[in-house]
Amino acid sequence: MNEIRQSVNPSADSLLIGGVNLLSRLFVGTGKFSAHEIVPRVLAASGSQVVTMALRRVDWKNPQENILNFLPKDTILLPNTSGARTAEEAVRIARLAQAAGCGNWVKIEVVKDQHYLLPDNWETLQATEQLVKEGFVVLPYMSPDLGAAKRLQEAGAAAIMPLGAPIGSNRGLQTKELLRILIEEISLPIIVDAGLGRPSEAAEAMEMGAAAVLVNTAIATAGDPVVMAQAFRLAVAAGRLGYLAGPGERRTTAEASSPLTGFLQEG
Amino acid sequence: MFYERIKEWQPKLSAAAWASVSSADVERVLARETLQPLDLVVLLSPAAQAYLEALAKKAQALTVRNFGRTMGLFTPLYLANYCSNQCVYCSFHAGNEIARCKLTIEQVIQEGKAISSTGLQHLLLLTGESRLQSGPAYLEECVRALRPMFASLGLEVYPLATEEYRRLYEVGIDSVTLFQETYDEITYAEVHPAGPKRNYHYRLEAPERACEAGISAVNIGALLGLSDWRRDAFFSALHADYLQRAYPGVEVALSVPRLRPYAGSFNPTAAPVTDAFLVQIILAYRLFLPRAGLTLSTRENPQMRENLLPLGITRMSAGALTSVGGYSETNNVGSAQFEIADQRSVPEVVRMIRAKGYLPAFCDWVNMREKDAVGL
Repeated sequence: MNEIRQSVNPSADSLLIGGVNLLSRLFVGTGKFSAHEIVPRVLAASGSQVVTMALRRVDWKNPQENILNFLPKDTILLPNTSGARTAEEAVRIARLAQAAGCGNWVKIEVVKDQHYLLPDNWETLQATEQLVKEGFVVLPYMSPDLGAAKRLQEAGAAAIMPLGAPIGSNRGLQTKELLRILIEEISLPIIVDAGLGRPSEAAEAMEMGAAAVLVNTAIATAGDPVVMAQAFRLAVAAGRLGYLAGPGERRTTAEASSPLTGFLQEG
Repeated sequence: MFYERIKEWQPKLSAAAWASVSSADVERVLARETLQPLDLVVLLSPAAQAYLEALAKKAQALTVRNFGRTMGLFTPLYLANYCSNQCVYCSFHAGNEIARCKLTIEQVIQEGKAISSTGLQHLLLLTGESRLQSGPAYLEECVRALRPMFASLGLEVYPLATEEYRRLYEVGIDSVTLFQETYDEITYAEVHPAGPKRNYHYRLEAPERACEAGISAVNIGALLGLSDWRRDAFFSALHADYLQRAYPGVEVALSVPRLRPYAGSFNPTAAPVTDAFLVQIILAYRLFLPRAGLTLSTRENPQMRENLLPLGITRMSAGALTSVGGYSETNNVGSAQFEIADQRSVPEVVRMIRAKGYLPAFCDWVNMREKDAVGL
């Protein structure tokens, strides 16, 4: 068995997105913090390389209020289209972000429902198709639906970002079964975005085989965001190692003997 | 139509009904996650007054989770104060002899520049109700002139027709603010004795027309203290809930204006909204509508604004004037609509917000209409 099992080398483990090999599998958001000054400390503690920010919140007129001026230079920016209600609006925001020098990565976020802030998969697909054509590295935030994920894959998305629970809800992996199916069926990286409230939930998503997780509210609104960022970093790394190691089968009872086929060994 | 909901609930909101709410009812609602209109009655009842601290803790946690520790900033710009209405509580009342004026487009640009130089990027445009002096065509001109300077433009004027809202949306209006003042039809008729504003229904349905026209955000509210505040707060929140369900893509927000001293001599017969009642209203709004924006104006004094900030407020005006013009040194100033209680400058308000552990957000919108409009 050992001969045919691939050896695990965690130090060589990386995530390839948009031609970039990412060593950190924790993406973080910049919203909801009480001051921009906290963000660089959170980034350092989280080890994150990819940082998402709502373009609507980027303050171009006041440099001292512009979140981009608080991010380390080597950060990969993942502007998101928060505020877009249609594919067309998302495309416009993505173009504005690119024109403003935020690079060519974009997280598509199309929300038509302010009550639960659930993404609209149909509009998201249309925006993805358009922006891929324009050369963007597109990471669509979506409701975990296999059909929609397959279409996003066909459209050329760089990764799929299904939600674990409604955004900002801190409810954890409420969509677990649907996420499991996406991880199994979709060859693109699955990045669990939204709803993760605790480090243990991030670890669980990683153990399931998620390629990465994106966390904002749970870190930004924690009592100590810097310590919480570190906790998520460790949890994501632990979950990933657990996945790579290949956990043993889970059993509900102790099984010491073979009550059904034991007779074969007798006599 | 929301009016049907008013008719349905009006008879249920008797004095006896409010009095019948018990502390057990309040505790039950406190433990709930999603609330029904009946729970809103409980939160606005006299019994809930004894639970303000517990309600405040829940309201703060909900607000931080949904909005973070950030506070949106905006300021009003009064374009004109001509008015054909006779609202008994308002300085712009057609019968009041005040200095009337309206800004020329050149003055509008000067005012816009002066406001923009303070860093503010969300601007709310206001006028009195005069289709002759400040009609939709004038508003359109102002919007075109100001659009490149701001991330977001809001409109707080008289109710418009759907087509008019659509035109203004297309030229650059993102949000519409419109207060019903009071949902009580009898009081409404009493305090609006003449002028187009007498039409209760046309005003009531205006936020829906704005949503219908594609506007991204609506802000509604009652002028608290005009009539029975419990009923008006109840219907304001119910109205917001109605709009959110009917137009799920629209960001719905509520304001909590209390009657302020003004040029005139109106004395409301309704009980005044004390500080404790205002707190109760804010907490009830937040618990009933966890995702709704809550706007606080400079009608409240600095100390009150600081105290209310962490209870669920998501947006505040800063450096506000309620006179026509006045931000730019070059322009003459027309009479103010009401007295401002918080006269601090933008940097002072920003310092206060930071001191409370919140991030002042000058910009929380992106104008998707044209490239150069976000300052790129």
